[in-house]
Amino acid sequence: MSASWRRKLESLFIPFGALVASLVLFGVFCGLSGANPLAVYGAIWRAGFGQWSTFQNTLIRAAPLMLSGLCTALPARLGLVIIGNEGALVIGGLAAVATGLTLGTSVPPLMVQVGMAIAGMIAGGIWIGAAGWLRHYRAVNETISSLLLNYIAIALLNHLVGGPMKDPSSLNKPSTFPLADVNMLSSIPGTRVHWGLLYGVIACVIAYFLIQRTTFGFSARVAGGNIRAARVAGLPVGKLTVIVCFLAGSCAGLAGMVEVAAVQGVANESLNVGYGYGGIMVAFAAHHNPLAAILISLLVGGILASGGTLQRSFALPDATVLVFEGLVFLVVLFSDSLYGKLPFFKEKPTITSSPSPPPSPGQEPVVTG
Amino acid sequence: MSSKRYLNLSRRQVIRGMLATTAFGLTAKLGTGCSPASNGAAAGGGADGLTIGFIYVGPKDDFGWNQAHAEGAAAMSGAFSSVKLIEEASVPETTAVVESMRGMIDIDGANVLFPTSFGYYDPHVLSLAEEYPDVQFFHAGGLYQEGVHPNNVGSYNGYIDEAQYVSGIVAAMTANAGRLGFVAAKPIPSVLRNINSFMLGARSVRPEATTQVVFTGDWAEPIKEAEAVNSMADQGIEVVTCHVDSPKIVMETAERRGIMCTGYHADQLSLAPNGYLTGAEWDWSSFYTKLVTDISEGKSLMDGSIPHMLRGGLREQFCKMSAYGAAVSDEAKAAADAAIAQFMDGSMVIYDGEIKDNNGGVAVAPSESLKQQDVKLEQMNYLVEGVIGSIGS
Repeated sequence: MSASWRRKLESLFIPFGALVASLVLFGVFCGLSGANPLAVYGAIWRAGFGQWSTFQNTLIRAAPLMLSGLCTALPARLGLVIIGNEGALVIGGLAAVATGLTLGTSVPPLMVQVGMAIAGMIAGGIWIGAAGWLRHYRAVNETISSLLLNYIAIALLNHLVGGPMKDPSSLNKPSTFPLADVNMLSSIPGTRVHWGLLYGVIACVIAYFLIQRTTFGFSARVAGGNIRAARVAGLPVGKLTVIVCFLAGSCAGLAGMVEVAAVQGVANESLNVGYGYGGIMVAFAAHHNPLAAILISLLVGGILASGGTLQRSFALPDATVLVFEGLVFLVVLFSDSLYGKLPFFKEKPTITSSPSPPPSPGQEPVVTG
Repeated sequence: MSSKRYLNLSRRQVIRGMLATTAFGLTAKLGTGCSPASNGAAAGGGADGLTIGFIYVGPKDDFGWNQAHAEGAAAMSGAFSSVKLIEEASVPETTAVVESMRGMIDIDGANVLFPTSFGYYDPHVLSLAEEYPDVQFFHAGGLYQEGVHPNNVGSYNGYIDEAQYVSGIVAAMTANAGRLGFVAAKPIPSVLRNINSFMLGARSVRPEATTQVVFTGDWAEPIKEAEAVNSMADQGIEVVTCHVDSPKIVMETAERRGIMCTGYHADQLSLAPNGYLTGAEWDWSSFYTKLVTDISEGKSLMDGSIPHMLRGGLREQFCKMSAYGAAVSDEAKAAADAAIAQFMDGSMVIYDGEIKDNNGGVAVAPSESLKQQDVKLEQMNYLVEGVIGSIGS
């Protein structure tokens, strides 16, 4: 018991310690820029989390990050580093707009919305699934291929929006035709936060159970842990790779759908503003744990939401929030290396009395007659 | 596993319980709802003091579009002691700009907002303007539609192609062989209009001049912009100019390659002290100061005393020329000054037929004389004769 208690304390202490350390570092930065660090902390808290009206700002900014973060977090459990979030998001948004415009008002709005979501998920899924397929069957490095797929997606967006899908009346900012108003996603009642937030939370919870609590997730983790062992055990590694990548891409694709159907109403260059890259950071800071990704997204959303106040009230430069964000991520990633290094959290091997080997999850003790 | 059971609950039961609780929590939260937080426009600014918010899509020191607006805002706030200026930079054209504007209104009590990026307008400014009917929104872009858009929204933009026309004159008279270059972001009407006016200005003094155009495809593509200038220098092009978000790279590369340049958006003399000839600059300082004078006298968009559409060129002080560089000859200065004088007295029409496009077709018919306000110019989809390049798809 005492051992697992210490480990739990360690896994709480290190992330929160990292957060505090990055706050202190950021305070030094603010001090150097001529702002009172304590006042800045207070402002970040008020602007990001303090009141319900400002907390909604945080939620709005966090929503796309959750879905986009899953695009990196899921394949990471298979040992793959996928950074094609931006591309999958853009492609998902394009597919959603194409579907929404095709269906138009011929069917009820709910069906249009479901159709747009499915189209976005399939398109995004195929996009990242392709990177997974290339990885497994053609041995193409998935990081590079997914990164390059981003550029292709953005080029495709620019081409379609500037050519075949262009609304001729969108003169100086080429865009597709707008979605019908009835087909737009509304806000969650009583708030100004769109439904994308709920999609994000649900997707993260589902992803968590899928990876941690199902045989499928277990096989994926085995393949991620040791691919040869997985093969020896007869796991279909190729299929797993493609399916997990497909699911990851479909999350980012859904984020794209939400962005066009809840915010922009059209597909244009505003689709490609860095939600994908934000998602990569969220996934890494969350240790690729989907539930932690929810919290990290909220944290990042809060930091981003406070950016306005920092500029307006403290005359800090606009890059301040990026500095803060960068510090948090650097310190969090560095803190990873501290696991098992701090003496206080080390288990004391001499005290333990139980001679039996620790049972691994899902495996009942073998009863020998 | 079996030895670690607490309260005789299986893991499955615990999970089910957690799911049920979560679901209940979500529905309960949605059901009760939280009271809407918008309390209407806060009157924090008070009657005497105006609080004016400026929002920029990029950094305030980009030597480009954003810097031009930020300098205008600073000059305006310097002219009024009672005006409180609040600014936010690097705000993307997403829900982020809505939240920024909302924060300015709710927290800082802003009563006038200037969202200065083109893409802020639809849907972001439009949706927020309906929510806050007492706040005036002035958007840089000229997109207002009478009767369609909210009454508290105004739109302003300058005919900066007039300044590009003058730049074209200076460039053509300074270049020995009349070979000019233009680095452009996208083949959209506002960019094409600048290229064409630059070319027409050049051809008005040197009919054989040519302009090589390169489209980089996006507003901020520093690597492609540098490559474009390098290849132009290799081809023997003598003067380059540009229409991208930040002309910094184009100017610096031209200077390094020893060719000349004319600026855009803001004054870039400091980036190219030897080769900078002149430049087409926005004059937002004059515009903002005049507009805020009107507002502080009690005029507003809502009662119609400020027009919803504010446009103008050199004469109306929406744009201006950079001071002439050292390499500009007296003849070139005289020709440029003559053109400026024509703009000032209103007698200059840039798009005066006949104008041919660069495929040999007729762009502006002989009978046509398109004044700056003409909507046909807003839909420009051609490059005039002398421009080397194509607008693609």
